[in-house]
Amino acid sequence: MSKKTTYTLPIGPIHPALKEPVAFEFETDGERIINVDFHVGHVHRGIEWIGMHRNPVQILYIAERICGICNICHPIAFCRAVENAAGIEVPERADYIRVIMAELERIHSHILWAGVAAHEIGFDTVLHLSWAMREKVLDLIEYLTGNRITKAIMAVGGVRRDITENQYPTINNALNYYKENLDTIKSVFLDDKSIQMRAKNCGILTKEDALKLCAVGPTTRASGVKKDVRVDQAYCAYGDLNIDYMTPDLLTGEVNGDVYDRIVVRLLEVEQSIDLIEQCIDMLPAGDIMAEPKIPKLLAMLKKVEGDGIGRAEAPRGEVIHYVKLKAGDAPFTWKVRAPTYNNLLPWVPMLLGEEVADIPIVAASTDPCLSCTNRAIVIKGNKREVLDNEALHRMSVEKTRRLAL
Amino acid sequence: MILVLKSVIGACLVAFIGIVFGLLYKGIDRKLHAHMQMRVGPPVTQPFKDVRKLFLKENLVPENAVDWVFNLMPVISLVSVISILLYVPMGVDPILSTKGDLILVLYLLMLPAVCMILGGFASSSPYATVGAQREMVMMISYEFPLAVTIIAIVWRLSKIYSASNIFTLQFIAAHPLWNNVGVFGVIGLAILLAVLLIVTPIELSKIPFDVPEAETEIAGGLLAEYSGKNLGMFYISDAVKTVVMASIVVALFFPYNISQYFSFPQYVDYVIDFAFFLFKAFVVIFVSVTVVRTSFARLKIDQIAHMLWVPVTITSIIGLLLLYLDTVF
Repeated sequence: MSKKTTYTLPIGPIHPALKEPVAFEFETDGERIINVDFHVGHVHRGIEWIGMHRNPVQILYIAERICGICNICHPIAFCRAVENAAGIEVPERADYIRVIMAELERIHSHILWAGVAAHEIGFDTVLHLSWAMREKVLDLIEYLTGNRITKAIMAVGGVRRDITENQYPTINNALNYYKENLDTIKSVFLDDKSIQMRAKNCGILTKEDALKLCAVGPTTRASGVKKDVRVDQAYCAYGDLNIDYMTPDLLTGEVNGDVYDRIVVRLLEVEQSIDLIEQCIDMLPAGDIMAEPKIPKLLAMLKKVEGDGIGRAEAPRGEVIHYVKLKAGDAPFTWKVRAPTYNNLLPWVPMLLGEEVADIPIVAASTDPCLSCTNRAIVIKGNKREVLDNEALHRMSVEKTRRLAL
Repeated sequence: MILVLKSVIGACLVAFIGIVFGLLYKGIDRKLHAHMQMRVGPPVTQPFKDVRKLFLKENLVPENAVDWVFNLMPVISLVSVISILLYVPMGVDPILSTKGDLILVLYLLMLPAVCMILGGFASSSPYATVGAQREMVMMISYEFPLAVTIIAIVWRLSKIYSASNIFTLQFIAAHPLWNNVGVFGVIGLAILLAVLLIVTPIELSKIPFDVPEAETEIAGGLLAEYSGKNLGMFYISDAVKTVVMASIVVALFFPYNISQYFSFPQYVDYVIDFAFFLFKAFVVIFVSVTVVRTSFARLKIDQIAHMLWVPVTITSIIGLLLLYLDTVF
């Protein structure tokens, strides 16, 4: 028997299957993938560095721009980190409004993802169908915050806009629209034969791998791992709400950890988000929306704070963590962001191994990667990019921890 | 002399008609596709603009490409699809006709795909290589049901008529089979029609069977490295191939004309028949290309191969058997 010849198929950094740059290198035997490697770091923007030269109120503006889609959960995580460091008590009403915003963002993100996923498997009709549905939530977000995409509603110590009672009918209208139309999109995604053919038993991530590789968000929940910051460490108002982990077995009765299950989890989460918003509106307590409405006063207070804080939030893609260490003066001593995609990168390897070339786009998209948010560092010496191995990274993190004097 | 004149002028005319209507159908297809997706869509004339622009663009040849193969293939592809049009009756009799032109058409139909495969391999792009492999698998898969369908019809015709030119599209179009078969025959023909309508989008590499080009997977696959005039020629040959496939379906299954119901001068009859042919071709394209590509996701190559080898082939053989049963009873 002669040895089978394999060839290398590069996908990325720029490729129609990828919405953001990541360089895959596949070793393939015919259509079968036998080895996967990938490199990130093409869109490093130095966000943390920018942040370390600004005061916390200004950083909020940067934090909102880490990700185009997760522009609620990053500010929430950042605000909570600063509030944690400074010991600011957020008014209850603001917490509820934060949850409403976060859930609207989740509805938007998941429906947007559904469209992208459909496009990846060549089903453009569903792309247009789901993106037409997405308009309604964008309209609602614009109605509530004044902006369609980057909402600019978070503030350290609360939120900047209140939701008044005369806005309820519009909110209810939009939510009812989704309740009525979600069945359509559910039946399109879950019952369509050609989507099933592409999504079932494709890109499987086992529960063991999901746990071992610390996958987060819908990616890990689709593999049956019950992990959700909203439940595990109920922040904001989530502790008061009736909320549970969304795993695919709730709908299909089984957990396979394939692309289909990830679709199921996201559709279930859209439903859950609608329910959570309704709960929030029912229970919305009266009161202030800002702990300290005067920004100069807040800033003056933050300038004096010494100490660190951590903020966690469940983004549509998984857990996002912000760490802030404040020192006396304007800018924080350090600001560290960990976007959910960082954890969801390595699960790509077990998902893609043994699959076909045709599965690459949908499997890569199934974790809903957000690479610009993930790129936190790039090492360039001279004109060459360097790749750091595990040991070097570990050594550097120990050094950094010492430097931060934790 | 007249024959030469007829073939030269006729060929030019047919090429012109094929290209114009091919691009027009492409435009209509895109417009309807867009409307079915709740979009406005490009204007119907968009394909003409696309072609015009492509022909103005620079022709890039990759560094490692075998450039003469790379540049030759679009031309051969375009020539082969246009030459099929010479054999296809378009409401009026075809320009050329030999004893076995249906077999010739089958082979000519394969040529554009072969050209794309060779061009893809010659371009030395890994995406084109994957695309070429997929196209080959597709060809191996769809040829059999396509051949069975055509042979079944001709064989059934040969049981009724004993003409020497029975293998010509002209003869088949002039003798519609639906009128001459019994119940089994009608069912069998309907099955074969369904098979041919399934094979049409596969032959044309349209979603859900566009794996050789699969934009999101292999970035255009076979055509990844093509640009400018070369891409323009592939674009046109794809448009003409759509007309060709539609006219083959029309000639095999719906060759009826409506001119005999009117009493117009003969040249008006030609116009009416041609217009009616265009309408029938449009219906075929709408059913087997536009609707299909709107309502399915792209399949994987192994799924397509399996689908063609097992269900579609078996269906076509059932159709053949039913036509046989029709001769027995």
